[in-house]
Amino acid sequence: MRYLPLVLANLGRHKRRTFLTTASVALALFLFASLRTVVTTIAAGAQFGSARRLVATNATGIVFPLPLAYAGRLRALPGVQAVSWANWFGGRYGDGKRFFATFAVDPASYLDMYPEIVLPADQRDAFLRERSAAIVGRRLLDVFGWHLGQDVTLQGTIFSGDWTFTIRGVYTPSDPVINDDMLIFRHDYLDERMNRAGFAGWYILRIDDPNNAAGIAKLVDDQFRNSSAPTKTGTEQAFNASFATMWGNVSLLMNTIGMAVVFAILLVTANAMMMSARERTGEVAVLKTIGFSDWRLFGLVMLEAGLITLTGAVLGLGGAKLLYRATNFNAAGFLPGFDVDGTTLAVGGAIALLLMLASGLVPAVRAARLPVVQALRHVE
Amino acid sequence: MALVQIRDVYKSFQRDSQRIDVFTGLSLDVAEGSFTALMGPSGSGKSTLLNLIAGLDRPTSGTVRVAGADVHAMSAAQLAAWRARHIGFVFQQLNLLPVLTAYQNVELPLLLTRLSKKEREERVRVALGVVGLDDRIHHYPRQLSGGQEQRVAIARAIVADPTLILLDEPTGQLDARSSQEVLTLLQRLNSEFGKTVVIVTHDAHAADKAKAVLHLEKGVLIERAAVGA
Repeated sequence: MRYLPLVLANLGRHKRRTFLTTASVALALFLFASLRTVVTTIAAGAQFGSARRLVATNATGIVFPLPLAYAGRLRALPGVQAVSWANWFGGRYGDGKRFFATFAVDPASYLDMYPEIVLPADQRDAFLRERSAAIVGRRLLDVFGWHLGQDVTLQGTIFSGDWTFTIRGVYTPSDPVINDDMLIFRHDYLDERMNRAGFAGWYILRIDDPNNAAGIAKLVDDQFRNSSAPTKTGTEQAFNASFATMWGNVSLLMNTIGMAVVFAILLVTANAMMMSARERTGEVAVLKTIGFSDWRLFGLVMLEAGLITLTGAVLGLGGAKLLYRATNFNAAGFLPGFDVDGTTLAVGGAIALLLMLASGLVPAVRAARLPVVQALRHVE
Repeated sequence: MALVQIRDVYKSFQRDSQRIDVFTGLSLDVAEGSFTALMGPSGSGKSTLLNLIAGLDRPTSGTVRVAGADVHAMSAAQLAAWRARHIGFVFQQLNLLPVLTAYQNVELPLLLTRLSKKEREERVRVALGVVGLDDRIHHYPRQLSGGQEQRVAIARAIVADPTLILLDEPTGQLDARSSQEVLTLLQRLNSEFGKTVVIVTHDAHAADKAKAVLHLEKGVLIERAAVGA
């Protein structure tokens, strides 16, 4: 601690340079935390899903519907306890700049299927009663300043025309991975408007035993193998993971960008540290003459590098953690549950440590090994 | 017994392909409590001699003993600790760390000791008082005159109560008045506090203040006054 004023004074020598170097480290670690959290959030979304839920889609592709008549046959299969269905709507609200997901669902069975979607009882009743009713996530309600009972009109992109819904419920997910940025309305309203009753986007099945998931999935697919709309059935987790793969190899891209940024900042920091050490060659000579040992000077330079990277790490990683939490960020619903996790903070801390070693080592060794007489030439 | 004993010291430098012999068998004693001035033209080896005594440089051969210790038998780490304990060194210029106040500059040698903060503060105040700068404690070097800067450097050189004070042209960059102040201070340190002082100088006026004057010419001691007289 007795050397801290000396280290702080050295850091204060070029305040702007120290500020910019620290800010570079902070920005690099902020970007690293952000990009890694995109990856972990996508991964968490792909992992989400009850082991007791299966999803059946059209084997040709998810954009092709399945007959609604399948519902009864699915319910009758051994091991299947409940069946529900949903359809991607794809509408846009206002100028469309703020995207959110919109689904048409079979209301009663869907809410029973997903107890994670928590809705007050009176609002649930209202949703089940009224054909044009919709429920929205708390975040979506707050973003647009909507209120219960308000009519909102969406322009259909897949199902054309203006679609007006009355908000009858506001749900809160019990699991942060479930998006609270959605509008959910009734499937029968979609059928009525489109005059195309009898189709579902995909089916969700609750099964009695997760150990039978593979067997039941095969049973479902066998059941419709020779029909005009064969199915592809898998666990809900696999279904969500298939959505995640639509992002392409985002993880690799994000990690590569993150590492490139960190490496670039490493060069900037190392350069700043070396420049700072070079400027002080004469002072190193003075300190050595006073009796500062090589190891002590090595430690002082490393401490400087450590203070810069530590401050940068606290600002960058802490800033990312606090900012995303304070703003409840979820990338307009694409990344529900976006939160910088402990592992990301730990990896960021390790990177800061490496940054300190890599940027401080060369100038520290140089200061320690500098022969006094050679260094004195800078003084004389 | 002499505080500094230099025996048969050879020192040569290699510059490109050329070997430069600075000392070829130099021997010299400096008595404890003396005030010695080292004079001579540029390149005569004055600063090299000072560096050898302080353990900042190593002789090619021969021995340098200070207060009984063979300076160049020590490792780098031992030398650093030895310098902290026994040597106070003042350069011609750029002595002070510009980012530290006078107080912090003088405190530097004490950071290497086990003294508490309060004890360090007492010593720094005394040292700055001795050099007459107790009213400039919190000034930065840029806020001090050249003479004041050198006095702060001298305060730093004496704060840890070293065995030997070495000064390499301490008045070389100062005006006459500041130079006089510094020399008077060195005389006082020698006569009142019994400090052994070795000063390298070009300035005959500065040498006049010393009790003994040694002349170096091309690494050879050509004239020896009575050291410790």
